[in-house]
Amino acid sequence: MARLELTNIKKSFGDTAVLHDISLDVSDGEFVSLVGQSGCGKSTLLRIIAGLETPDSGDILLDGKSVLNSAPKNRNIAMVFQDYALYPHMSVGENMAMPLVMARLPLYARLPGMRRVTPVGRRAQPQIRAEVEKVASQLRIDHLLDRKPAQLSGGQRQRVALGRSLVRNPQVFLMDEPLSNLDAKLRVQVRAEITELHDTSGLTFIYVTHDQVEAMTMSDRVALLQTGHLLQVGQPNALYADPANLDVARFIGSPEINIAAGERLADGVKLGDVTLPVGVDGTGPVQVGIRPEAISVSNAAGLAALEQPVKGPALSFTKRMIEDLGPEVLIHGHFTHAPDGLVRIRAQKSGVYGETGALSRAKTLQVMLNPEQLLFFDAEGQRLSAKALAATTTTTTAGAA
Amino acid sequence: MATSRLQNAQTRLAYLLVLPATLLILVIYIIPIILVFLASLTDYTLVSDYFEFVGLENYRTMFDDEVFANAVGNTFFYAALFLPGAFVISLILAIAIQEQKQFRSVLEVLYFLPVTSTLAAMALVWAALMDSGQGVINNSLETFGIPGVNWFGREEVVLYSLAIISLWSIIGFNMVLFLAGLTSIPQNLYEAAAMDGADHPIDKFFRVTWPMLGPTAMFVAVTSSITAFKLFDTVAILTQGGPDRASEVFLYLAFLEGFEYFNMGYSAALSLFFLGIIFLFALVQALFTDRNVHY
Repeated sequence: MARLELTNIKKSFGDTAVLHDISLDVSDGEFVSLVGQSGCGKSTLLRIIAGLETPDSGDILLDGKSVLNSAPKNRNIAMVFQDYALYPHMSVGENMAMPLVMARLPLYARLPGMRRVTPVGRRAQPQIRAEVEKVASQLRIDHLLDRKPAQLSGGQRQRVALGRSLVRNPQVFLMDEPLSNLDAKLRVQVRAEITELHDTSGLTFIYVTHDQVEAMTMSDRVALLQTGHLLQVGQPNALYADPANLDVARFIGSPEINIAAGERLADGVKLGDVTLPVGVDGTGPVQVGIRPEAISVSNAAGLAALEQPVKGPALSFTKRMIEDLGPEVLIHGHFTHAPDGLVRIRAQKSGVYGETGALSRAKTLQVMLNPEQLLFFDAEGQRLSAKALAATTTTTTAGAA
Repeated sequence: MATSRLQNAQTRLAYLLVLPATLLILVIYIIPIILVFLASLTDYTLVSDYFEFVGLENYRTMFDDEVFANAVGNTFFYAALFLPGAFVISLILAIAIQEQKQFRSVLEVLYFLPVTSTLAAMALVWAALMDSGQGVINNSLETFGIPGVNWFGREEVVLYSLAIISLWSIIGFNMVLFLAGLTSIPQNLYEAAAMDGADHPIDKFFRVTWPMLGPTAMFVAVTSSITAFKLFDTVAILTQGGPDRASEVFLYLAFLEGFEYFNMGYSAALSLFFLGIIFLFALVQALFTDRNVHY
């Protein structure tokens, strides 16, 4: 088992710096996701760990020993490629046997046809076959061993790629967007299978994805990269609830966090007509991050409270449209005082809404913000610490439309 | 009713659209082949107005003829010299150039230049280079103390000389074909191979490059084989089949019979035999290329 440390990794392609000083410490058996938009450098970082790219500076330690100068095959690190990179001319069994054949046979026995002719090849063959079959049955692909990759479905190819990596008995398992070529339904299933594989194997997993949902649901820790910088590393929930800056807050969470412009005053943060009872360092303008579920609809045109009341001042909200997601609805609109800022509210579908459809007819809603769930950022997007103020809230009552 | 009228109109239009191409194929390929076949059943000569059908007599003569056997033998011997070089040298060059970053395009152009030149004209240049008396090649060899070779004058050497010239003219073409094939191999297969431990050049070649190059290799092998059996212009210009029929290859014999001795009927039979061989190669390619495509 293995602990993986990256220290001050830097990498440029020509004049373009792709990775700026990345340091990451992955403990033994941990599942860490590298997440970020395309072009953020996450795949390059993975390839550096695999040994397919060399960093300009920095070091990679596996259990305290540098593997920087080792060839990929000597690192005891396996990798699953985004489009699986199976050898199309080989059967599934041969694909999976490849790492073992390469590691156990001398060059002359690896030449075409020589594996069956040379004594060393024939001696190694049953053992290789047995190991491939063992891994194949683990992954439930033992009935496919004689097929060619072209005859397999996406999910099966995915498993063959996993299998080819597993037969090596690696210490660290790298995956580069392994779910991106699967359809939505299969993706959920394979996601569960990979998590299970991680639990049963106890290996260290590094998983690259652009999909924050994958990262959040599968990993022990998430490392968020943006334009080659490591923005934040932490448990999925910590990134969601306690982001270090606005970029992290924006990336993690779907639908995206709402941002509204506020003003820091002595008695709280002023947002439109209301003053939120929150003390934030400094004075002047502040960006208020509001998760879609930190807003609750209090009433709409004669409608009773849609859900459990949330403590906080009410704010006028102009509705534009409603997305019905089944158990809940997503209300799109803007705070009436700031017509430019798009705001999305996630609300549980309640009986009232379902029966009367009053919410669909309402143009203006009264909404309340939960001060404890709000996040505050300065003009540069850095997170500001905030604490709830005990002072009574000033609420300006705005009439319903 | 309306649909069937529409269908009829569409059918008519379809036939109308394929008509020009069909006519061209008929006029350029099918009818001439039929005419050649008919001619091969006669004793038609260019010097006599009178001819009659002789059945398969021409074919019987062909297989009894020592000259024919000699020409077929020469052609296969020449092909055996030419083909391995045309294939292996091109492949090695393509792989070597593929890995070049800076000079790739320059080298591609240099190797491709002979393909763009007229072989008939270049044959004369080669004749000058390979001249037994004042040729650059012999002079250079003699500088190193190696006795010069009579490139076109000795029976046992002449086919080698012709093979060298043909190789020079075709390697660039085959190399470009191989380069196209190499470029289409996904890079991540090499990366997967590196992860799996197949990072030795020999492993990379046998595990990834060669299998993925299958369709290209088949195409190169078949087109080069056809080129080998088509050998004509250098023979006609440089050796005229000599010395003592040592370089009299198949197509040159057909030419001799038809246009030097005016035995059109016999020449037609030779041509059809040649067509049969080419057809076999084309068939091999059609059957195997589809099966070997992996991606």
